[in-house]
Amino acid sequence: MSQSEVVSSQWPQVETGRVVLINSGKDEGKLAAVVQIIDHKRILVDSPHVERQAVSLSHVSLTSQVVTKLPRAARSGVVNKYWTEAGVDDQTASATWAKKRVSREKKRQLTDFERFKVMVLKKQRRFEVRKAVAKARKS
Amino acid sequence: MSTKTFGSGSREIPANKASKWYPTADIPQPKKARKTQHPTKLRESLVPGTILIILAGRFRGKRVVYLKPLDGGVLLVTGPFKLNGVPLRRVNARYVIATSTKIDLPELDLDKFDDKYFTADVKESSEEDQFFDAAKAAKEKKQLPENRTADQSEVDKALVSVIKQTPQLTSYLKSTFSLSKGDRPHLMKW
Repeated sequence: MSQSEVVSSQWPQVETGRVVLINSGKDEGKLAAVVQIIDHKRILVDSPHVERQAVSLSHVSLTSQVVTKLPRAARSGVVNKYWTEAGVDDQTASATWAKKRVSREKKRQLTDFERFKVMVLKKQRRFEVRKAVAKARKS
Repeated sequence: MSTKTFGSGSREIPANKASKWYPTADIPQPKKARKTQHPTKLRESLVPGTILIILAGRFRGKRVVYLKPLDGGVLLVTGPFKLNGVPLRRVNARYVIATSTKIDLPELDLDKFDDKYFTADVKESSEEDQFFDAAKAAKEKKQLPENRTADQSEVDKALVSVIKQTPQLTSYLKSTFSLSKGDRPHLMKW
């Protein structure tokens, strides 16, 4: 038998310091770091944006960010310190998923007239793109 | 009650004497209505000048301008006719969506547009005449009263000049509304 290489998984794992996005409840849409894993369903989270609380894993999404070297069961003050040091908020602002989230929310808030304007702009863009494609294909 | 004296005594006489007879069958008394009719209160979003989306009837999906409320939860709207073919028309407030887009209504005399304006004058005729006229009427095309077209163009002229001031609003009013895939009307902002 040939030797096989064992590689750790690439997907985000539930671990101390993992930044999660809360998807429901009072803190919907806010970020928090995992402070401690309570059991296979629940975690203790804390961050400058939310109160320290236990949340169910089914109510959060894991992000790719991790607050490195966050001690397990660290208290709020320590969590806040590590949070700013890691620059989680700055990284989030430039993250694609966060941008998509903002644009989705913006789209939801559009009024009927604004939706119409968007439709017109999209039509114009489509027209220009198709014109350019047709021209390129011809030559 | 009054008291009548005679001799040394007195007798009380009732002011309203009891009836000497009474009906053999009970006459049902109608119940007193304890409810009063209140004037219709329209939604707060319905302010004259609002752009509405008509949801039912021949002009469903059309975006129209709301001019003024009429009696009984009915709204006076117009396309304007020049832009999207919706004439001065009455619509029920229940069958419209009020959008957040508004225009400043020009100074217009809308007093003549009441319920009576829109109801056709019906000539009284016997049933027999109606029967024979039906065939004749079917051939003749119904004529719109002439004052209607004049009133419409007057209102249109004033409205279109206001609408033109907002870019894209003209083409917005010309377009119709419809739901497409993934649209959740109860979650949408208008």
